Amino acid sequence: MFLRMVRGALFRQKSKMIMIAFTILLGASLATAMLNIMLDVGDKVNQELKAYGANITVVPKENSVINDIYELEGSENDTIKSAYLKEDEIGKIKTIFWTYNIVDFAPFIDQQVKIGGKDVTMVGTWFNHHLSLSTGEELDAGVTSLRSWWEITDGEWLDEQKDASGVMVGTLLANEQGINVGDSIKIDGSVSSKELKVVGIYDCGSDEDEQIYVPLDTAQEISGTDGLISSVEVSAITTPDNDLARRAAKDPSSLSIADYETWYCTAYVSSICYQIQEVMTDAVASPVRQVAESEGAIMEKTQLLMILITALSLVGSGLGISNLVTASVMERSNEIGLLKAIGAKDWAVSLLVLTEIMITAVVGGIIGYFVGYGFAQIIGHTVFDSSIDMKLLVIPIVIILILVVTLLGSIPAIRTLLKMKPAEVLHGR
Amino acid sequence: MSLLELKDVSKIYGPLKALDKVNLKVEEGEWVAIMGPSGSGKSTMMNIISCLDKPTEGQVLLDGVDIANESSKKLTEIRRDKIGLIFQQFHLVNYLTAVENVMVAQYYHSMPDEKEALAALERVGLKDRARHLPSQLSGGEQQRVCIARALINHPEIVLADEPTGNLDEANENIVLDIFRQLHEEGTTLIVVTHDPEVGEVAERTVVLNYGKISKEIINENFGKEINN
Repeated sequence: MFLRMVRGALFRQKSKMIMIAFTILLGASLATAMLNIMLDVGDKVNQELKAYGANITVVPKENSVINDIYELEGSENDTIKSAYLKEDEIGKIKTIFWTYNIVDFAPFIDQQVKIGGKDVTMVGTWFNHHLSLSTGEELDAGVTSLRSWWEITDGEWLDEQKDASGVMVGTLLANEQGINVGDSIKIDGSVSSKELKVVGIYDCGSDEDEQIYVPLDTAQEISGTDGLISSVEVSAITTPDNDLARRAAKDPSSLSIADYETWYCTAYVSSICYQIQEVMTDAVASPVRQVAESEGAIMEKTQLLMILITALSLVGSGLGISNLVTASVMERSNEIGLLKAIGAKDWAVSLLVLTEIMITAVVGGIIGYFVGYGFAQIIGHTVFDSSIDMKLLVIPIVIILILVVTLLGSIPAIRTLLKMKPAEVLHGR
Repeated sequence: MSLLELKDVSKIYGPLKALDKVNLKVEEGEWVAIMGPSGSGKSTMMNIISCLDKPTEGQVLLDGVDIANESSKKLTEIRRDKIGLIFQQFHLVNYLTAVENVMVAQYYHSMPDEKEALAALERVGLKDRARHLPSQLSGGEQQRVCIARALINHPEIVLADEPTGNLDEANENIVLDIFRQLHEEGTTLIVVTHDPEVGEVAERTVVLNYGKISKEIINENFGKEINN
């Protein structure tokens, strides 16, 4: 009989129930969308921020010590270089615990060369270097994606597979020397000279506009540094720093075993740096603090925004549910009064009303979940140009939130119901 | 011992005495009509007898037990087990069919039994309308569903508040016929009405005025059909 009454109430009072379900649907959809985005936004924001360059630099330990002693920090040109890293160890960066968080990396070696009698800094690097790792993983790494903000004013990015003897020239240098795409320029290095074909002119708005970029092999040949590199820039997806990360960054050995494991197994920038140092000989990996901290701050603020929107949407839903259910109880006061008059106890009537609302909430919540997932995709494609992953964790969270919000929203209605006196409602007193 | 006895029952709302030291006895199987003008205290008395309200003063003895000071929970149980209620506005659950409306009373009393509910509807001449919603029934039919619901748990007393107030003459007669049958079967009936014709068909009429019983009439017409 109870089910017949619930079914009757649900199916024969469709318009009321649809309104309640619609309110819950709105709340559930917003919560689903925001929670999915919130849980995915870290990766998305990180990926967006990767467009602004590397957040970790790896240099030889010897150079790092000298730089620390003389308190040198900043661009590569400001630092003192006398030691090298081994090129054949670069691939090991992709073998660390947080390998999937390493988005891109590129080695660098630079040397002063002469072009048409003028001293110019030549930077050797990977552009779109293909790597086959010992783990079986295949990937392309290099400045083509690591310096994605560069504007190619003429020509195109150097393709290592096609233009092994190509060169990219900074826009200031190209203007000064009258260099155009397709020209051949002679580069006089400390060890040898080489003629390279200009494939692209770039504009990056920094000192690099006065430099030339050549494939790493070419630079090593010209400078006589076969198999050596002076630094590596790494772009990694990281977790915002907290106290533990800050303590670990100062001295990992000061951590307890439990803290160490937590830190090591969390993608803090300091943890990733530490792991890079473990796989590269005599290397010091350090975060580019400004980038890392900006990423952390942006992510924290974005997540806070999402939490606030989720909370507000749920509060809104709760108020909506509260109003609708209370209005529904008031409308049904005769029915509730009658049930009490013929012997239904307060709990039995409350159970009936709550069951109806909960079933409505579940239906609204299920539809709301899928609508919310749709919202998340729209937001994902609009803001991040990519889809938002379906996070299974969101399902139980949304279920709990909807049940809690519905229950809380129903409290005023249940209080009204409990206070209802059959004599008053049945006789209009 | 009377089935129902009111001893010096008063109900006071602020400055208003809706009932003023009312004394009344109703014997088992008796058919009593309570009459009086609007505001005379009829519905207040009905609410107190039906355990929907408590008196401010006095005793209400049902089966010898004073229900005036019982808790709301206990009053709900007494209502469920001993009293059948018939309302002027019928008060059917609008999303349940006629038979389901009868079964609701069974559900909160003990166990719903559809066959028994259908038999109760058949008794009031509504078996064919058992699957209809209240909105698909006439006023007289709705009142008969209400009567079937009141009778389904075999109550000791059936209380009817203006049972014919919203009915035309034909339906009024149908309802009164059902009351006659119930009385013949030994059901105790208390009918609140302002309609003298309905009052006259009862065994005894109690007239209320300003919260007091002004007179009691043993009806000469008792047992006779009126109008037809």
